[in-house]
Amino acid sequence: MRRVLTPLGITGFALLALILFLAVFAPSIWGDRATTVDVPSALQGSSSEHWLGTDALGRDLFARVLVATRLSLELAAIATVIRVAVGLLLGTAPMFLGRRLGGVVMAAVTILVAFPALLVVLFLATIFGVGATGAVLAIGLAGAPSFARLCHTLFASVEASDYIAAARTAGVSRPRILFRHVLPNVAEPLVVSATIDMGYTLLAFAGLSFLGLGVQVPSYDWGQLMQDNLSRIYTDPLAAIGPGLAVVIAGLAFNFIGEAVARSFGTRDDVRRPVAPPRRVPASLRRQDQPDLLTVEDLRVDFTTSRGVSRPVRGVSFSVKAGEAVGIVGESGSGKSMTALAVAGLVDEAGVVDAGRLSFDGADLLDGGDHRRLLGTSLAMVFQDPMTSFNPAHRIGAQLAEVGRTHQALGRRVAWARAVDRLQAVRVREPERRARQYPFEFSGGMRQRAMLAMGLMGSPRLVIADEPTTALDVTVQKEVLALLGEIREQEGAALLFISHDVSVVREVCDRVLVMYAGRIVEDLPASELDESSHPYTRALVAAVPHMETDTDRPLAVIPGQMIDPSESPAGCAFAARCPRASVRCGVEEPVLEVLPSGARVACWHPGEARSVLMEKAEVRR
Amino acid sequence: MTLQLAAPAVRPASWLGGRWVRFAVRRTGRLLVSVWVLATAAFLMVHAVPGDPVRAALGANAPASLVEAKRASLGLDRPLLEQYLSFLQGLVTGDLGSSIVTQVEVSETIRTGLPGTLTLAVAAFVLAVAVSIPLGVGIAVLTRRGRARRTEFAFAGTSVVLGTIPDFLLGVLLVYLFAVELQWFPVAGRSGPESYVLPVIALAAGAVAILSRIMRVEMLAVLEADYMRTARAKRLSPLRTYLVHALPNAVTATLTIGGLLLGGLVAGTVLVENVFAWPGLGGTLVRSMLGKDYPLVQGIVLVYGVLVLLVQTLVDVLLALLDPRSTIGDS
Ligand code: SF4
Repeated sequence: MRRVLTPLGITGFALLALILFLAVFAPSIWGDRATTVDVPSALQGSSSEHWLGTDALGRDLFARVLVATRLSLELAAIATVIRVAVGLLLGTAPMFLGRRLGGVVMAAVTILVAFPALLVVLFLATIFGVGATGAVLAIGLAGAPSFARLCHTLFASVEASDYIAAARTAGVSRPRILFRHVLPNVAEPLVVSATIDMGYTLLAFAGLSFLGLGVQVPSYDWGQLMQDNLSRIYTDPLAAIGPGLAVVIAGLAFNFIGEAVARSFGTRDDVRRPVAPPRRVPASLRRQDQPDLLTVEDLRVDFTTSRGVSRPVRGVSFSVKAGEAVGIVGESGSGKSMTALAVAGLVDEAGVVDAGRLSFDGADLLDGGDHRRLLGTSLAMVFQDPMTSFNPAHRIGAQLAEVGRTHQALGRRVAWARAVDRLQAVRVREPERRARQYPFEFSGGMRQRAMLAMGLMGSPRLVIADEPTTALDVTVQKEVLALLGEIREQEGAALLFISHDVSVVREVCDRVLVMYAGRIVEDLPASELDESSHPYTRALVAAVPHMETDTDRPLAVIPGQMIDPSESPAGCAFAARCPRASVRCGVEEPVLEVLPSGARVACWHPGEARSVLMEKAEVRR
Repeated sequence: MTLQLAAPAVRPASWLGGRWVRFAVRRTGRLLVSVWVLATAAFLMVHAVPGDPVRAALGANAPASLVEAKRASLGLDRPLLEQYLSFLQGLVTGDLGSSIVTQVEVSETIRTGLPGTLTLAVAAFVLAVAVSIPLGVGIAVLTRRGRARRTEFAFAGTSVVLGTIPDFLLGVLLVYLFAVELQWFPVAGRSGPESYVLPVIALAAGAVAILSRIMRVEMLAVLEADYMRTARAKRLSPLRTYLVHALPNAVTATLTIGGLLLGGLVAGTVLVENVFAWPGLGGTLVRSMLGKDYPLVQGIVLVYGVLVLLVQTLVDVLLALLDPRSTIGDS
């Protein structure tokens, strides 16, 4: 309720209070004034005595508008009651009449809803006849189908719930289920809807009376007063407009309340603009001339929300050499995907990306220049969900050709031919026909291959693949991974492969970065995953799903939860879940140390595996 | 070589053509069924009127013989099924009967009134779509992620108020401001192009208010979609990202929700025509309802219904052009 009392809601309720007051008291206060015939002062314009002027019989129009509040509101209320009652009856019909008959009723409702309410009102008003009674019936019944459909939708959602099913199996009768279980659960939205519709009903009534089909003389509502005085718009505009303003105020009252209630239900996006401008390290401090293809130093991503600052990536440094395949593993929330997006410059505007250094293929991506062509042709992206990553409105071929047209200045035909060729390169059969198809005509695996083909429109030096196989089934996964391997070989492209699945990363990558809570906790060759030093890496490796584990719930075996990206713990972020945690771990954050072997680890107690690693390193030397 | 020769058999064009043909057949079928349901409803309307419609139309003082003769000439003394069949037959041949009051053929009256109503409805439809889409997109881009809160507030407020003011009332206000006070446009009637301005605005304004709000919400949703991230990953120009990748999807969603509203414009002409003394079917409908001239009411209601169905079909065709998935409808 508190959230409803926004300025909008308060205005709505104040207007409603005013209208209700007038409906109750206006006839007794201004009733005489509104009906006193005073022919000599007929058809006067606005004056201090008669604010809106007088009508053809010299009656004060302002008083008549105030008094008409009662009838206008009454008629709208009765029509709303009819609408709700008949709507409920129709909406519950499927529950009582069974599937067949209920289906027929709902089909009829669907047809009726498709017609504009005003047309249905005019249709029904013809049957019920001209006049207030006919109008009430017509407006009430015309609104019933849409209310019935709302009921039906709400009921259906409640009916699907477990406790209704339980009541059913327990043999509770249908009316009892309806009144005890279903209605109480949907009462709130129904009441809100009826309130909002009351406003529209008022307007509809005004319209009908304005046409002369509603309230008849000597009774009068707002619409009738409008019709009566419309012709005076030249001489006494207020007389023509005044009753209309009353209609609008009443309509707004209901609409404002409805809007305020609806807004209090809806979740508002409360992401604010980032406040701090990105902190940049002066160019002179950046190390130049690194031979690496991709260099990332101290990468951070911050999101400022109304609940505080969230830091999904907190100072990540790594590099990828040309042709190298690097994996990033971690649970969801570890910041691995955000790292990939930040590297690709695809973090959306709400996030602030900052780094000591971020260079790709010799270009400084932080220098503020336009790197669109470089990134568009040399950096390929593959995303997790192939079902949603293509634009549903365009042909696959066009979505591929677009890259060539934008960055390589290819003509329409040449770009299309290249798109077809690239589809062939990723082994899409009948590429010409497929290119003309839309994404929904592609299977998941084919889309992922088409996504790779999109990257191949240029000549990618780095492919960033964010969980590219997670949404696919096992055989298709294999195909896509094999294809990735081929592309690396042919193009000499490097790969940054983000996954939660250690076994896939082990298969695909040369080197693995393990991320936890926005930081890299270990960086080691993929071949040495089994001899890892960090307790988190060990847990990840141990949690690799076996044949019998449910693949939908990877890594469920590591007890405990990742810290929230808006918290910043004093010590090691993994401490709460770590079997080796000591007092030091809780107060001091471990730094990422470079081991003699070149591997890196951030842990105060790397354990016995560390010595093994070091020995190996010694042996190698 | 054989492979290349075989290829044209599954040429995309014919394959695509097949889908469009199927879409056209299915949609036309639905339209015809809807028209039949509508015609049946219009037929039953007259018979659902309590009492004797002819007596009601001619008044209590009309001699019984006249009423009887009229009943016979309207065919009301025949069995219901026979009347129904001849009514449907009349529809096919364009014979909608004649007015009880004036004897003028209903089809003749419709022929004179339809152009006025149709131009009004079409102009309002075009204006509503042409204004609300760019407006919704513009506001969505401006107010994305809680930016420009004041703009958002002003837009939401204006659209709620504008959406609440009924079209006929807005018409009255417009007449007062721009015709009586400023005298920029004629007060009423259908003459030159300038006479269209006020009625069309009055009719379309409410639809613009609501459609642009829907458009804004849909655009905001589309901007967050995965395929927009793909578009950004392709490093297209921002303009291309918005126009080619976001717009069609947002328009599709908006039309799906707003199609009903656009059909409502047809019915809205009745009220607006009344305000502007516009020579269309609206005035005739109201007069015939007041005069209980049922054959005329029946014919005009039928015409409005068909117009609504045509608008819905048009919206569906637009949707099919924008979003290929909708050609493979389930119904
Ligand atoms: S630093 Fe301590 S808590 Fe963190 S992983 Fe190492 S042993 Fe565990």
